[in-house]
Order: sequence, then C-alpha cells, then structure tokens
Amino acid sequence: MADGGLPVIARFEVRHRNYLAPDGSINRPLPAFASDTDLLTALYRAMMLLRNFDRKAVALQRTGRLGTYAVSLGQEAVSVGVASAMREEDVLLPSYRDNGALIWRGVKLEEILLFWGGDERGNHFSGPVRDFPFCVPVGSQAPHAAGVAYAFKLRKQPRVAVCMFGDGATSKGDVYEAMNFAGVHKLPVVFVATNNQWAISVPLRLQTGCETLAQKAIAAGFIGEQVDGSDVVAMRAAAEDAIAAARDGRGPRFIEAVTYRLGDHTTSDDALRYRSADEVQARWKEEPITRLRSYLVGQKMWSKAQEEQLAAECHERVEAAVERYLATEPRRPETMFDHLYAELPETYAAQRRELAGEGDA
Amino acid sequence: MPEMTLVEAVNLALARAMEDDPDVVVLGEDVGINGGVFRATVGLQTRFGPERVLDTPLAELLISGLCVGMAAQGLKPVGEIQFMGFLYPCIDQLVNHASRIRNRTQGRLTCPMVLRTPHGAGIRAPEHHSESTEAMLAHIPGLRVVIPSSPERAYGLLLAAIRDPDPVVFLEPTRIYRAAKGEVEDDGEALPLDVAFVLRKGRDVTLISWGGMLKETMAAADALAADGIAAEVIDLATLKPYDEITVLGSVAKTGRCVIVHEATRTGGFGAEIAALIAERALTSLLAPVARVTGYDTIIPMARLEHHMMPSVDRIVTAARQACQFS
Repeated sequence: MADGGLPVIARFEVRHRNYLAPDGSINRPLPAFASDTDLLTALYRAMMLLRNFDRKAVALQRTGRLGTYAVSLGQEAVSVGVASAMREEDVLLPSYRDNGALIWRGVKLEEILLFWGGDERGNHFSGPVRDFPFCVPVGSQAPHAAGVAYAFKLRKQPRVAVCMFGDGATSKGDVYEAMNFAGVHKLPVVFVATNNQWAISVPLRLQTGCETLAQKAIAAGFIGEQVDGSDVVAMRAAAEDAIAAARDGRGPRFIEAVTYRLGDHTTSDDALRYRSADEVQARWKEEPITRLRSYLVGQKMWSKAQEEQLAAECHERVEAAVERYLATEPRRPETMFDHLYAELPETYAAQRRELAGEGDA
Repeated sequence: MPEMTLVEAVNLALARAMEDDPDVVVLGEDVGINGGVFRATVGLQTRFGPERVLDTPLAELLISGLCVGMAAQGLKPVGEIQFMGFLYPCIDQLVNHASRIRNRTQGRLTCPMVLRTPHGAGIRAPEHHSESTEAMLAHIPGLRVVIPSSPERAYGLLLAAIRDPDPVVFLEPTRIYRAAKGEVEDDGEALPLDVAFVLRKGRDVTLISWGGMLKETMAAADALAADGIAAEVIDLATLKPYDEITVLGSVAKTGRCVIVHEATRTGGFGAEIAALIAERALTSLLAPVARVTGYDTIIPMARLEHHMMPSVDRIVTAARQACQFS
C-alpha cells in the first residue's frame, strides 16, 4: 500500500441540507415549523419585500438618488432564513449584502436607503440596539462576532452572535482566526457564509481549493454544514439548529449557504464582463422565491389574490420608505464631528467650529 | 509610597482596574500563567481567573477584533500585543472599526477598548521588536494614542485609558520598562488624557518628547543647565489628541523648540508639532524649530540601533544651535 498501512486517526464528513427542490416539490420530510402557514408565508413575504426593495434601490441609484448599492437578487433566502431563526436579544453581524436580515430584525427601509445614500444615520437604526452595522471590509466582522460571543459567555447570557459574510471572506485570515478562537472556547456564535459563487469577478474555483466551504469549520473544531441557500426552509432549519446548539453551550457552528448571485456585485459592477448570460439564465430556475411560491401554492397555503395583495403592499411600503428617505434633510456639515469621541477634544472642536463657519479656528 | 518599575506600575493599574470593574477583561498572547513576555500581566490570571485574563491564540488581528466585539457589548477589554512590530495586523481593526464604530453608528455602538503594546528600540531585541510607529496611529481619527514616560504616569494614564469611553492605543516604552523607577501610590487615581506634562520649567528653549526618549531629553536639559541654558521639558504623553495649548504656551515663552523622538523623521509626529508651531506661533520664534529623531531607515538590529536613536549629545547640540541662532 502506498500509505504503508498507516492507521486513520480521524475522519470527517460534511452534510448537505435541502428540502425544497427548484420546482417546489419536497425532497424529504419538512421540519416541524413548515406546517406553520403563517411562518412560511412570512418568510415568503420578507423575500418578496426584499426583492421589491432591491429593484427600487437600483432604480434610485440609476437616477442618481442613491449611492452604490449591493442587491440580494437570487439569494434572498439566506438572510431571511437566518434572521428568522434569531431572537431579538441575539446579535447580528452582517456583511453589506444582508439587507434581508436587517429588515427582518426591524431596521426600517428608509434607514437602509439612508446608509446606501451616504448618511451615517442609517446605521443608527431601529433594529436591536446591539446589532452591528453593515460591514464593508470583507470578513473583518468575524473577530467582532467572536468578541460578542465571548461577552455573552462571560456574562452567562443565553444569547447568540450570528455573523454573516460571503464566500470571498472565507479566504481571509480574519474569518479563520475568529472561527479558531470560537472553537477553542466553544462560543455561542454561528458563522454563515453565503456562497453565491462569485466574489465580484472571481469564481469559487479560484477562491478555494476546498470541495466545500463548510469543511473549513472542521479545522476550527466544530460542525460545518452545507445548506441549499436557495431553499428558505433549509436555511431557516439549519440556522435554527445551529443557533439552538450555540445557545445551549454546544459551541459554534458554520453554515455554508450555497446559492447564486443573479445580479451584479453592486450597482458599480457589470457581471457580463466575467460570466455568461446563459449561466445566469440557467440559475434563474433555482431561485428561492419562485421555489417557495410553487410549494405554497401546491399546498394551497397561498393564492393568487394573496399574491396580488402582497405585490400592492410591497409597492406601497417601498414607495413610502423612499419618500421618507428623499425627504430626510441632510445633516449639517459640522455634524461629521459628532460621535467622533464621547466628548470632542478641544482641538477638533475648533475644526468643527471652522466647518460650521463660526470662524475662530 | 512603594517604589516600582514602569512595568510593575502597568501591572498595578491593570489589577486595580480589574478589581474596580468586573467588565475589565485582559487578553493577549501569553498574558495568563506566563504573565506576559514582559511580565506586565503577572499574577492577574491567578487573581481574576482565566475567563477575565485570557490567553488568546497567536493571532494579533483576532486580539484587536475581539476587543472591538467585546467593547461593543459593554465590556472593557485590554488587549496586549507583545511587540509593536506585531501590531500591524491590528491596523485594519483600529482604522476601520475601533476608531470609527461610534461615529458610523452615530453613538449606537461604542468601543471602550485599550490595546497595549511595547514601544521603541534600545533593548537589543530581534528585528521587528523595536518599532516606534506612533505617528501612523496618531493619524487615525477617533483613536487615542497615549505613551507614559514614568511609573507614576504609566499607572495613572493606563487607568484613564481603561476608563475612557473610546478606544486607546497605549504604548509602553520598552527601554524603560525596568529602568524607570518611581514611587506609585495605588490610590486608583487616573491622570488626565489629552494633557501634556511639564517635567521641567525653563525660559530659554522648549524640549518636547514622549515615552522612553524623555530619559535622554531630561539628561540633555541637565547638561544645558550646566551651560546656563534653562530648558523647559514637555512630556506630550497623549499624542492623539495632543495638548496644543501647552506646546504653544511654552514656545511663546521660550521662542525656541526642539522636538525629540526616536521614530523616523519623515512624517513623524515631530513634523505635526513643527507645523502647528509654524502655523500658530511663528512670530514667537527666535530660531527654526528643530527635530532630533531617528533616521529615515529601517531600525537596525542590536549592533547599530543606538546610532539610530537620538542621543543626549544630539539633543544638546540641537538645543545649543537653537539658542545661538541670530
């Protein structure tokens, strides 16, 4: 034998979770919560709202009324599924593409528009007060999540930190350092990697030599699971299991949500430069909203009338938020100094007065 | 009052802060049973337990990032980086998160963390162990950068840093960790941040420095006094934000200024002070502002490092030239 008959000292496995097939049929018995029509339709509503919101945000950007924006098109099930499994007292640490999770947790649409519109007040949002704002430097929020979870553990609080990032972030040391530490201390934290196949123009095969991203958890000493990220039932179920385990002191978990970014990376990107229209077209057959709708309609949990009503509701809600966003008065320039320090040191207070035109600087 | 070294004063302040506030957590590489590579955390784990005195994996970025997460939950983490040359993986966290989380969330989240690290050359350490890149940190809005120069100020300023509601990088001058001795009373009294300390009054020339280099600066002031030149010596102590009023007041009085730091010259913090004086005190000046600094080169290893660092002679020469100008 080439290995000289050396003994195997460890074996690992990675499981894949999926319930709903792309056509909305069932691959295996659904988790208990799926019998709750109100919950399933709430997930559907949230995904639809997010898609409507995205469409409007892009329109605003194209007409110069919003800055660069990152759409969730095709991957709505990830953020909605994960957030729906969290409790209010848990802490979310999102990446810049996790609008759906923020909205589920109570952040107002106009606050998200304010953020992408270039106004820090969007981060002073109505969601849970300890939730983190969107994180732009990729993966740099993962160590924060470990710190948050450590604080929960130290204070013996039954709370969980949920950290979301993309496939590109799993290439960064930040993410591995945080997972490694979380594994050492069995911290109450769940890492969710949204594997949407593309980190701007770099495909997964150039991002990692790993067969799955989920197996990265093995090196950190905990379970990594691969989940169909276009199946919101699977996302919700996986997040529920992982969060429950973390809350019970069974340590961290890692979820690889395998999905597809149907849109551009951001409104500043043109994905046609690096991937074919045919590839994208094929992936539309797997997208999460049609998938859940097919299931709901098949189960008579959802009707055409409800669909029409939801469309009207989404439109109304988004338009009202846009109105409030556009009506928000800009901050006075000198307020850029506000919240720089708890108390502004005099030397910077003088600069603040200079900016305010109070001219003694 | 007991006499102690600077590193013992750091230890005393950490113990006092942990005793007073259960939210204070100390973390870093080897800070537990080993008490830190310089023994700054010695005895703390025995006293406060492994959950509050936490040995981290060997990952500096992680240490700074953990501090941000803990602080945003209301803990008061004090992270240790073993040498300033290993601080650089933390820069992303300091620039992008620690220093700006209050501002970018408009006060919803805050970051009351401290990151401690040894500062400067002169202990014949291996390469990457002798950095003094404080100017890089002082450039970051929203951060505080503090350097003590004596055991008393190490105790008082570290307590202030831990109690401060914003992030502080606390640079501890390695060369005088044990060489500096002084009486420190463990009274829990903090010293003010953002305030310079006038270590010696004088009318002829202002000498400004911080950290370990104040040892040479004070010796230079002694040598100048023997020549009949009365130097005023300012310990800047907090570099971000720094005490402009004390600097300008002193230069207005003496008309001459020599800035001393061991960091390289170009873009060093001395340049900032010289620019301030040029902008706001030009008419007081009787001589050009002088800088006595490290040279614009990589800090040499042990055999040459003392040639890089400002000597008493270089400081005295610069001050004499300033006094003889015009």
